[in-house]
Amino acid sequence: MAGRGKLIAVIGDEDTCTGFLLGGIGELNKNRKPNFLVVEKDTSITEIEETFKSFLARNDIGIILINQFIAEMIRHAIDAHMQSIPAVLEIPSKEHPYDASKDSILRRAKDEFESVV
Amino acid sequence: KHSEDSTIMKARLKGAQTGRNLLKKKADALSMRFRQILRKIIETKTKMGEVMREAAFSLAEAKFAAGDFSTTIIQNVNKAQVKVRAKKDNVAGVTLPVFEHYQEGGDSYELTGLARGGEQLSRLKRNYARAVELLVELASLQTSFVTLDEAIKITNRRVNAIEHVIIPRIDRTLTYIITELDEREREEFYRLKKIQEKKKQLRARTELEIAERLAKLGPIAEPVNMLTEEADEDLLFE
Repeated sequence: MAGRGKLIAVIGDEDTCTGFLLGGIGELNKNRKPNFLVVEKDTSITEIEETFKSFLARNDIGIILINQFIAEMIRHAIDAHMQSIPAVLEIPSKEHPYDASKDSILRRAKDEFESVV
Repeated sequence: KHSEDSTIMKARLKGAQTGRNLLKKKADALSMRFRQILRKIIETKTKMGEVMREAAFSLAEAKFAAGDFSTTIIQNVNKAQVKVRAKKDNVAGVTLPVFEHYQEGGDSYELTGLARGGEQLSRLKRNYARAVELLVELASLQTSFVTLDEAIKITNRRVNAIEHVIIPRIDRTLTYIITELDEREREEFYRLKKIQEKKKQLRARTELEIAERLAKLGPIAEPVNMLTEEADEDLLFE
């Protein structure tokens, strides 16, 4: 049973967004609202957090890709997201390679693991 | 009536134990799948790190060849060509949401008139398309992971409830019923014994009384024949 198609959203630096947009995931909805946010040096944490929350609230986004270094800025908002959809995936950026110990999901898994084992 | 109750209680106990055992099996199956998924997530995230590095590198190459096209790309967003669908997977009776990616429409950046760096750009697109596929797979693993986490917690909670609340309760009721039954039996037994005692005593006394009366009447111990009797005793007006 397949549901209606959902979008892949991106919150990342310019290079990350450009790359994924070229990959074909970018879309503007009816209200010309994009499913991505280009985070620059002067982008405020509030803006990032609000965009993240607005993506969560939309029902047409299935996956949110976010550079890990940006995820760190709004770690509390990401940890608070307990539902399985949309899935929040932390990805590396050019300057910040992927660090498994910071990943929300893996940290949860580690706690699980340790309480089960 | 109480013996029926004890049968009912025994059946309930059996039911609760069976339920608990089934739930334990379910929790085990879910945990096994959970650990599998966790391993796969770690594996895939590592691969993803490599794929992203390669993709980022090809981006740098393309920029080198074609100049900075980022603004063009960002400002020409329209409709997504790659989307995902949520499908359902199932393990031990738990529904897991998984993602399937699919194409919709053609390449909207086809017309990005980037004369230079066409080859690098193609490679770049391919790399990011591959990254997207891998990331969709990763997202599926993640959603399954989160869902299983919840399901395992709930199942374990139920097992504990049965083990620490329901079964002891049934046990106590069963013990109570059996104790009652025993008690009743003992009371019955005691009562019957008492009655028998009384009957015996009564019989003994009666026999004693008859013997005494017979002795008083003298040696003539035969019953009187009404037909041979001369004078009827006037019973009424004596």
